[in-house]
Amino acid sequence: MSALAGNYTYYITAFLLAIGLYGMIGKKNLLKKLIGMNIFQTAIFLFFIHGAVKPGTTVPVLDSRIGMDAAAYINPLPHVLILTAIVVSVATTGVALALLITIYRRYGSLEETTILERMKQSS
Amino acid sequence: MSHLPVLIPITLLLSAFLIPLAGYVKRDFAFAIASVGAFLAFAFSLAGLLMVLSQGEIRYHLGGWAPPIGIEYVLDALSAFMAAVVTLIGLVVLIYSRRSVLHEVPLRVVPLYALAMLLLAGLVGIIVTGDLFNLFVFLEISSLSAYALMAIGDDRAPVASFRYLILGSIAGSFYVLGVGFLYFSTGSLNMADVAQRLPALYQSRAVAAAAIFIFIALGLKMALFPLHLWLPDVYTYAPSAVTALIAPIMTKVSAYVLIRMLLTVFQPAYLRDLLPMTSIIGWLAAAGVLYGSVMAIAQNDFRRMLAYSSISQIGYIGIGIGLANPLGLIGALLHILNHAFMKACLFLVAGSIRFRTGRWKVSSFAGLGRKMPWTMAAFTVSALSMVGIPPAAGFFSKWYLLLGSIDAGNWFLVAVILASSLLTAVYFIRVLEQIYASHANEESAPMKASDPPPSMLLPTLLLGAGLLILGLFNSAIVTHILNIVVLPLHRPGS
Repeated sequence: MSALAGNYTYYITAFLLAIGLYGMIGKKNLLKKLIGMNIFQTAIFLFFIHGAVKPGTTVPVLDSRIGMDAAAYINPLPHVLILTAIVVSVATTGVALALLITIYRRYGSLEETTILERMKQSS
Repeated sequence: MSHLPVLIPITLLLSAFLIPLAGYVKRDFAFAIASVGAFLAFAFSLAGLLMVLSQGEIRYHLGGWAPPIGIEYVLDALSAFMAAVVTLIGLVVLIYSRRSVLHEVPLRVVPLYALAMLLLAGLVGIIVTGDLFNLFVFLEISSLSAYALMAIGDDRAPVASFRYLILGSIAGSFYVLGVGFLYFSTGSLNMADVAQRLPALYQSRAVAAAAIFIFIALGLKMALFPLHLWLPDVYTYAPSAVTALIAPIMTKVSAYVLIRMLLTVFQPAYLRDLLPMTSIIGWLAAAGVLYGSVMAIAQNDFRRMLAYSSISQIGYIGIGIGLANPLGLIGALLHILNHAFMKACLFLVAGSIRFRTGRWKVSSFAGLGRKMPWTMAAFTVSALSMVGIPPAAGFFSKWYLLLGSIDAGNWFLVAVILASSLLTAVYFIRVLEQIYASHANEESAPMKASDPPPSMLLPTLLLGAGLLILGLFNSAIVTHILNIVVLPLHRPGS
């Protein structure tokens, strides 16, 4: 039980990764695939954020009462990495949505099976 | 000139930024800026390569922050070699692209060039960076611009591009996950620093997880069988110039990252001896070589045939990485160079045929040998090179791969390489027969078709001639550049 309590974020991360992967591969609707992708990426953000945590420490802003002792602050680097990863994720979602709009205009649907059918008809 | 490592990506990024501004004033500026930017980047890469060979590696600390805290850009023999290959192919294809782009997608010229430069900047960034997370950022820059580039094209292009986006995002996310495991195990993101700290952690399961995640990510990105599913559609539906830009270099850059992981970050002692990662790569690659060749034989669409042939050729590079011995890796690196030339040349030929005749079915190519003699000469040279007939360059990389397989005592791989050469011969001879021996039929191209204008023909011929030159001078490349790259494999204990 204690192993579960200490590591529960890892289980949540793995669970979210699985949901995201299922969404991307198992779902036939392109928009649902995109939502799956976002869940998948969020799981990875959580993984990094959890890696930054040190029990009993404070936010990484210089505090005159604590001073320069690095061990007393949370590790800020994963936060910075994840900020970058979030920007990348937003950009990817933006490009994906733009593609979805184009696809919808051309095929009138976001269901993969319908799109494939209409592709065959047109060729 | 210790600034060289950073100048290469910065030049490309700057031109990507300038193109939309200048292109807004006049469309033709876009092409001019792109060519100048690519030329400068190639000049910097070449200067970097020469300096690395004479004086050893160049390290640049971004913002003056020393690693491991700061990000560093590194030009060593491997990255300088790759940067020169990527920028050279990029430059040649960009020069070619102007007429082809104006012909196929006249309304999207400015965004297309801006994205192409962004793509090149991302790829070169991946190559020169010495930081694991910085590599992810460049990976995503190149991927995002590739998704957008591929979506320009016919009606089916956005669907193919979206599928690639989903798979590419899985790859990117797996890579970050792997880097996360590495960071939380070693406390560092700098490649050299991580490499120093890893040997003490070789027994750690977190490091094994990191290696597996990064391997899957790169396998997806380089279209290693069975992670290749995104590739054929994407190569088929994108505009000719875009495919010619993406196909020769993008998958190779992922192969480069794999080699970088093997040689620098994890070290051969780990990926080859402790975790049998390289042999898994080797077996998958061998399967991919056969699968790609067989599928290529079944295609009638020329571009699709070339796409499947790419999967097979990527397999050769994978075999070389999988062997993880000096000869095998030399074969893989030489094949990265040769295949970049061959595929660029073949896709330029495909683009020229489309430009003049509007056809891409192999069955409609009858009689093109007489109508487009120079284009078809370039095609013939690259086809011979793909099959592996000396003195064309393709022979020599396969030769090193064969030597590497024999060195490893792996006779199965020897058989795969030889069998695949025969299969490659089958699908290229089929095309050559159509071009030179068949009589024009009702499907074939109009009689007035001729060689494309010089701005398209010369780059094609340049690449074709380059294949022969590379073939003749391959021993110089191997002795002066590649032998230095594979030194870590000779180290005692590895």
